[in-house]
Amino acid sequence: MLLIDVIVTILLGAGMFFMFIGAIGLLRFPDFYTRLHATGKCDTLGEGLIIAGLIIYHLFHYPGIPLVAVKLLILFIFIFIANPTATHTIVKAAYNKGLKPWRLGEGRR
Amino acid sequence: MEVGGGEKMNRREKAFGIVVTFSIMFLFWLLLSGFFDAFHLIIGGICSAIVALISHDLLVRGKGEKMVLKSFRLLLYIPWELWQIVLANFDVAYRVLHPKMPIDPLVIEFETSLRGDFALVTLANSITLTPGTITIFVEPEKGKFWVHALAKEHANAHLVDKTMQRKVADVFMEW
Repeated sequence: MLLIDVIVTILLGAGMFFMFIGAIGLLRFPDFYTRLHATGKCDTLGEGLIIAGLIIYHLFHYPGIPLVAVKLLILFIFIFIANPTATHTIVKAAYNKGLKPWRLGEGRR
Repeated sequence: MEVGGGEKMNRREKAFGIVVTFSIMFLFWLLLSGFFDAFHLIIGGICSAIVALISHDLLVRGKGEKMVLKSFRLLLYIPWELWQIVLANFDVAYRVLHPKMPIDPLVIEFETSLRGDFALVTLANSITLTPGTITIFVEPEKGKFWVHALAKEHANAHLVDKTMQRKVADVFMEW
């Protein structure tokens, strides 16, 4: 029981760490496209790790109702598909509008 | 294939699409509702049937040939993709936390052998999730991709190594 709680805590902590990295990247990176690099990737893994922790926690503490774990898994699959698609759509809209990507040596935008 | 079998074949494709859509919708209903008594099963069956009849062509388009094989290959591809996401995150974390921020963004373009909708979407989403690259634009006719890369080594992964293109082409058998 204790071991499971440790694993769940590690997963939740790692998930929060990557979400935090995504937030820092959003603030530090110089332009629109590079900022989306940080958020688009870190959110997927961060949320994935948090959901994995929740699934393990639920399966071991409430083994009678596994459907909640299945719903969490469906949530992860949805994020796994929707997050890169949304990132791509936002980038495409900006590129079609004519926003020039930042090059090395330019100032922050 | 015999001549004049087009109509018959078409009907079979349609039936196949409806059955597959109905199965997925009904499974989804069971998982989300969590009730397994007769009332909820019948309601779910009716709803799944209506959805399958109206919109089966959205989910299963065309012949659906070798669909089982492709789905199986896609399942084998996903673990590799998940591992790439982990690598991508450590890469981004390094670049975000490094005091000098070692990034040198550039836009690259390359052509692939992929033509199918699902194959293109899979590769586009994979590119967005893997280290340092985001798909900007896809041209389906030529299988051409515009990609924004965070640094030179990320661009080379798609221009020189082409590991991901080969893997996706293997999955959908569109070399």
